[in-house]
Amino acid sequence: MYRYDEFDHDFVKARVAEFSDQVERRLAGEITEDQFRPLRLMNGVYLQLHAYMLRIAVPYGTLNSKQLRMLGHIARKYDKGYGHFTTRQNIQFNWPALSDIPAILADLASVEMHAIQTSGNCIRNVTADHFAGAAADEVADPRPYAEILRQWSSVHPEFSYLPRKFKIAVTGAERDRAAIQTHDIGLHLKKNDKGELGFAVYVGGGQGRTPMVGKKIRDFLPEEHLLSYTTAILRVYNLYGRRDNKYKARIKILVHETGVDEITRQVEAEWQALKDGELKLPEADVAAIQAYFAPPSLAARPEGDEAIKVARLDSKSFGEWLDQNVFTHRNPDYAAVTISLKGIGEAPGDATDSQMEAVADIAERYAFDEIRVSHEQNLILPHVARADLRAVYDALVAIDLATANSNLITDIIACPGLDYCALANARSISVAQDISRRFASLERQRDIGELKLKISGCINACGHHHVGHIGILGVEKKGAELYQVTLGGSADEHTSVGEIIGRGFGPEEITDAIETIVETYLRIRNDASEKFLDAYRRVGPAPFKEALYASEAKAA
Amino acid sequence: MKVLTANRLTDGEAVWFSAAGSWAETIDGADVVADKDGEARLEAIGKAAFDNNEVVDVNVIDVDVVAGVIKPQRLREVIRAAGPTNRLDLGKQARPAAGAA
Repeated sequence: MYRYDEFDHDFVKARVAEFSDQVERRLAGEITEDQFRPLRLMNGVYLQLHAYMLRIAVPYGTLNSKQLRMLGHIARKYDKGYGHFTTRQNIQFNWPALSDIPAILADLASVEMHAIQTSGNCIRNVTADHFAGAAADEVADPRPYAEILRQWSSVHPEFSYLPRKFKIAVTGAERDRAAIQTHDIGLHLKKNDKGELGFAVYVGGGQGRTPMVGKKIRDFLPEEHLLSYTTAILRVYNLYGRRDNKYKARIKILVHETGVDEITRQVEAEWQALKDGELKLPEADVAAIQAYFAPPSLAARPEGDEAIKVARLDSKSFGEWLDQNVFTHRNPDYAAVTISLKGIGEAPGDATDSQMEAVADIAERYAFDEIRVSHEQNLILPHVARADLRAVYDALVAIDLATANSNLITDIIACPGLDYCALANARSISVAQDISRRFASLERQRDIGELKLKISGCINACGHHHVGHIGILGVEKKGAELYQVTLGGSADEHTSVGEIIGRGFGPEEITDAIETIVETYLRIRNDASEKFLDAYRRVGPAPFKEALYASEAKAA
Repeated sequence: MKVLTANRLTDGEAVWFSAAGSWAETIDGADVVADKDGEARLEAIGKAAFDNNEVVDVNVIDVDVVAGVIKPQRLREVIRAAGPTNRLDLGKQARPAAGAA
């Protein structure tokens, strides 16, 4: 993985010193809240319902064991023993004191981490496929490009005060696991007919109150032009993006209002002026960054197949975990493992201090010291010898992190919601917990098959409800929580925005409504191989509406 | 009826302005007002405390007083006054002395 050079170390150290001074001056009353607020946000410090919240960047979701151990340490020393992994592959702590934040940032800097640009109207943490560098279906590792974008965008003088926040995601496989079409810029790393690397470029995707699917404005951008083309897009956005209305300030609105053809023309025109200048990436520089992401040296471990055969016979639950949470690696002797942070009835994405430390130990011993955070709020061990899977499984069982539910209905994305968040209108976690308990049976979950359920506690859509196969949006109506359900959303290479199915449901009704939807799907599917999303796309909303609302329509 | 609430600057702790004239970490002893004059008084106290860098995010919120117990009307404020509903071991609700402040 990427290691800080001297410049990076000095830069982060200087930033810690600067913000520590700002915190000190705020606590001494030398600067006002209005002056301090934008400064704290630039350093990832929010004020939530119960306390401050610190959002720490995990660049493209990649961690080593030392870093994860430090996050566990911070959870224990400065917080309340846990952290929350987010849909931007970051981690949030819910209870830090403002006066402790300088010390936390100094601890983070000691393991090459920080909280810079995790808030504010700037370019946020660049996200990537959580199986990057490991997936069998990948053309190339997208993380070197994410790292190049990180270096370029860090305190970029031109793009630190954009009309609104700006999110970029990169994937290196046809199968999109990074939700690139829901981003301001989505980059799909691929090869052209000549075998050269480049990107399909999507612009103007996003969720929030106005969900939009990103539009492809270029089918193939040679890799050397990554920064010049991205700069061209940002310049057009910075110039024409609306600053008069916060709700219309994202690039998706600009793309929508201007039209794809005209935006493409503007970007291409800007790019023509930039493409052969200093932003053109020198081959040697790309190679130097790529070297940081060189895959670990994977020794031949052909004994894996036999070991797994034996272990399967020994343990049914191991077999289930293997079927559900183990992903095909490009090396047939290895696998990528999803560590579910979605234990039945647990808060999605939460991990305790000791769990973080134990996962760090497992990664160090069995997974070449690498951990990933997925945007689906799980942890990933990207390189595990198949022969070691049973040992990894046993170690995960010991820390209650062996739930075999990856991509099943209880693998729920949920934002913190009204239990923590100052913006939320309704709770998300409690809904996720209820649904998780209702569908606790693994046999039932596996019969239902792949089903992505996503919950947001307000229209800002941090819980990605728009692109859930089943999406749930919590709103406040007449002082009470109400949950709207959308169906048919998706965040993969065929991204779609879910459709609202009908009137919302109260907190005590929503789990029943989800069960009705799931039972309807099981009734109408052609056979067990037809997934929920495929069945919905085939039949549309009618049978689901009928099942949810027919009785009240008759009563009316 | 209304009470004055905010978060303490130094640690973000949710606090309520108490009838005893100080910022308390629980809502129980809050200074409850029932008229416009009382509300204006709380707003002035909140503004002064904000200006004095004691608290941030100052709000006057709606409450009911039922059998002597102060209950915020909005769920948001109920959760602020108690703690996360999924973690009864955290927040004010987890304090052994909750209710005694």
